[in-house]
Amino acid sequence: METIAMPAINLAVIMPEILLSCIAMVLLLVNVFVPGNNKAYLGYLSIIGLAVTAASAVGGWGPSVSAFNGSVVQDNFAIFFKVIFLISAGLAILISDRYMVQEDCNQGELYPMILFATVGMMLMASGTDLMVIFLGLELLSICLYVLAGWNRDNLKSNEAGLKYFLLGAFSTGFLLYGMALTYGATGSTKIQAISSYVMGNPGVASNPLFVVGMLLIAVGFSFKIAAAPFHMWTPDVYQGAPTPMTAFMSAGPKAAGFAAFIRVMIFAFPMLRAEWSDLLWILAVLTMTVGNIIALSQDNVKRMLAYSSIAHAGYALVGFAAVNAEGAAGILFYMLSYAFMNIGAFAVIILITKKGEVNGNVQDLAGFGHKKPLLAMVLSIFLFSLAGMPPTAGFIGKFYLFSAAIKAGYVWLAIIGVLNSAASLYYYLRVMVFMYMKDPEEDFEWAGATPAIAVCLLVAVGATLVLGVVPGTVLELAQKAVQF
Amino acid sequence: MLGAYLPILVLVVIACLFGLGSVVFSSLIGQKKPSQVKLAPYECGCEPVGSARERFSIKFYLIAMLFILFDIEAVFMYPWAVLFKRLGMFGLVEMGLFIVILFVGYVYVWKKGALEWE
Amino acid sequence: MLAIENYLIVSAILFAIGTIGVLTKRNAIVIFMCIEMMLNAVNLTFIAFSRHLGNIDGQVFVFFVMTVAAAEAAVGLALMIAFFKNRESIDVEDVNLLKL
Repeated sequence: METIAMPAINLAVIMPEILLSCIAMVLLLVNVFVPGNNKAYLGYLSIIGLAVTAASAVGGWGPSVSAFNGSVVQDNFAIFFKVIFLISAGLAILISDRYMVQEDCNQGELYPMILFATVGMMLMASGTDLMVIFLGLELLSICLYVLAGWNRDNLKSNEAGLKYFLLGAFSTGFLLYGMALTYGATGSTKIQAISSYVMGNPGVASNPLFVVGMLLIAVGFSFKIAAAPFHMWTPDVYQGAPTPMTAFMSAGPKAAGFAAFIRVMIFAFPMLRAEWSDLLWILAVLTMTVGNIIALSQDNVKRMLAYSSIAHAGYALVGFAAVNAEGAAGILFYMLSYAFMNIGAFAVIILITKKGEVNGNVQDLAGFGHKKPLLAMVLSIFLFSLAGMPPTAGFIGKFYLFSAAIKAGYVWLAIIGVLNSAASLYYYLRVMVFMYMKDPEEDFEWAGATPAIAVCLLVAVGATLVLGVVPGTVLELAQKAVQF
Repeated sequence: MLGAYLPILVLVVIACLFGLGSVVFSSLIGQKKPSQVKLAPYECGCEPVGSARERFSIKFYLIAMLFILFDIEAVFMYPWAVLFKRLGMFGLVEMGLFIVILFVGYVYVWKKGALEWE
Repeated sequence: MLAIENYLIVSAILFAIGTIGVLTKRNAIVIFMCIEMMLNAVNLTFIAFSRHLGNIDGQVFVFFVMTVAAAEAAVGLALMIAFFKNRESIDVEDVNLLKL
């Protein structure tokens, strides 16, 4: 009985994940051992933890290092995405405490749960084995099911959690079946090995096992990024979930879905670009159009932003369909700016709504611009950015995505994207019209921002404007990140 | 090719015959003295009380859920146990870490009071 | 030794039964059981391929799928109980508060 030779273990590659998991576990224990109802301190500890993790992740910037027998990789692509996840988790934590106290559901487990979800996202970005990507995805999804249903006494939140759970588990089934068939067709779950198998055996492209497997994987990921026609869960879940968690879900996990999607599609199936580029532009057009058209008729601001988030996944898919470095870099940049502007917009909505989210409609915003001019201005900046107006991050992001599509020869795809952006202006501007130009029917007293939310808004506004005015450095980093 | 499965078929047939045989023979040969007690549903030997279609306490669910979560860990222990000697120190440390993480969950559940019945 | 096709056909049938169940059933717990069936069909596929290819990865994958399914079950049933407490039903037709 000789001992089995172990593959080289390089813990440094997954150090950010290890750190964040340990911090989350410690906070879980701190939460039960320290008595008291004020759980805000856990949020601040989590943010310190996220900062430490970010420092550890950024420290790995440079040449890519593969570890654990090719299961995980530390490359610039993964690191850029990890920073997006950490930022969105941090911003979501900043806006959580006030909302959770207001809705009587500030259990301290919230923060470890967000951190575990972040670990899952990070594993999705750095996983190069279908197994690791699946585990990361499930760690993320299971935490999100809980977070969506966090407000136990609120029927809407219950519904959101239950719907997300049933549909999420259903889509996981498809993703897994796709992975199983791909494994069967290529003989490995490692993306590197799948890729070299496909290179070596071009005939595999006509193997039904492989084609169906690839399509099922695409379906599974499309569900996670809420691309039409797999978007049905999004509006209900986003509307029902607690607002800070909606903000988190729309930013981090969407980016994580894109990270894994790009990783699998570009790395594992590089020879089949033409085939799935067709698939992706259909998805992109459908997603943009469906999201924008339905958003036009929404009165509830949260639900409107949910449909708008579907539309934004569509814009990002335009860059994906271009299948070139610009497109991929554009997605990275867009996901980063989307995290800032969308979480910022939700932060203002948290300040607007009262307990039970009773006044979450556009009409309830009448007069907001005069009562709270500063907050209204901040919300307007976010909405302008979401609509893609200069000089905000949203404009640069869209410009980059659409020009990538044009370079790839998809001129009409870019035109459809621009038309969609124009349509989206209507519902973003509608909010502003109510804020500034309508008189309130009854006198609302809006609460001011708490320090934590003020910090979140400051960071989000600052980043939205800085990324819009001087995007050079970040764009350069994004380009470096996609040099595969 | 299917010949290898013959023993399984034989086993299935014998199992079915045994099950059917027990029921048929006992009803043919056995004495029949029906009584109230014999017809009552079996509740661990106690006197049956009330309807069986009652709602159960939510605590059963909680215990069952915790059982599933802590039980599934065994799935990772068997492969490790089979190769325990060959995995050596490395395997022991890895499994130790795994158990420590589970233990964090256990401490959390315990402190949260999920293991107390009252 | 049966050919791999037989296992794949059985697992595809199981997967299809699970999918149809999810789409047609109305009780949330039954839907969840159908989803579990889909996952187990996937497990069967993995095992069959693993044996066919002589590659252990598929079996390792199955371990993880089983664990994840257990975690999902715990969370899913908890969500259903929370919903039931407020709505006195787990019929998905009653999950209808959030609509257009």
